[in-house]
Amino acid sequence: MRLSPDAMIFWQHGFLKLNGTIVFTWALMFVLAVGSKLITRKLSADLSRSRWQNLLEIVVTGIEKQIQDVGLRQPEKYIGFLGTLFLFIGLASLCTVIPGYEPPTGSLSTTAALALCVLAAVPLFGIEEEGLGGYLKSYLEPTVIMLPFNVISELSRTLALAVRLFGNMMSGTMILAILLSITPFIFPIAMSALGLLTGMVQAYIFSILAAVYIAAATRGRKSGREAKQHI
Amino acid sequence: MDNMTLIAIASIVTAGLTIALGSIGPALGEGRAVATALSSLAQQPDAATTITRTLFVGLAMIESIAIYCFVVSMILLFANPFWNHVIAQTAGK
Repeated sequence: MRLSPDAMIFWQHGFLKLNGTIVFTWALMFVLAVGSKLITRKLSADLSRSRWQNLLEIVVTGIEKQIQDVGLRQPEKYIGFLGTLFLFIGLASLCTVIPGYEPPTGSLSTTAALALCVLAAVPLFGIEEEGLGGYLKSYLEPTVIMLPFNVISELSRTLALAVRLFGNMMSGTMILAILLSITPFIFPIAMSALGLLTGMVQAYIFSILAAVYIAAATRGRKSGREAKQHI
Repeated sequence: MDNMTLIAIASIVTAGLTIALGSIGPALGEGRAVATALSSLAQQPDAATTITRTLFVGLAMIESIAIYCFVVSMILLFANPFWNHVIAQTAGK
């Protein structure tokens, strides 16, 4: 049984392999990039606007509102990173309705890459907001003794982000494959509908957690502690 | 019983035990979380959006523990490193 789209090989030449993860990731990136480019090519500011522009406006303002709710006061600064995370993971799980497609987030390499992006983005935003000293000082809170634990929590939450997304997406496709061999036709449809829901929830969770981590790094000590309770 | 059979037995039994024991805790936790969220929703319907958002994030957090167990049992069943090692050794003989 195939655990991830890594094992789905389209083309191979010696050392180079073109597996399902790479193909589907690039297809999704292509759809997202070209789609946004096409829609934003002719934006209108008056009352008559295309339905695609309406869709994008709903998505962008919705994401901005969610980021604001977490406590980041300038959502337009973070929407480039957090919104892309949400849209990529969300589209990756929404596209499972297409036959023959497997979500690239069902591969541990994709989710590990996304989690590493979060690991790198948190100190970058933190240093930008509070300066190098201010950010490093947040590791010494509440006391110096907590320094190793703060470092460990930074690493362990990266691992948790990666494995959570991977496990959820992988279990969805795995359950579908198992059900198809036991009770074909009706029951797998219900499970794949449930898979769409959990996929969107996971996309939401991933980006909200990234936002919470960034918020904890960019703000003072009081809100940092409050955000840590989420971990 | 040779090594291969032992490893197969240990992997299968451990995979079952992992997912069985590992889902007890998260199931209890999710039940408590949902029950508390429902009672607070009944008390304060105005705060529905905040409660629901926090509930979903919390549920995913709790559920990820069950997912870790699932991943471990899947690795034991389908991508077992010990099993692959033994297979490689017998093939090399």
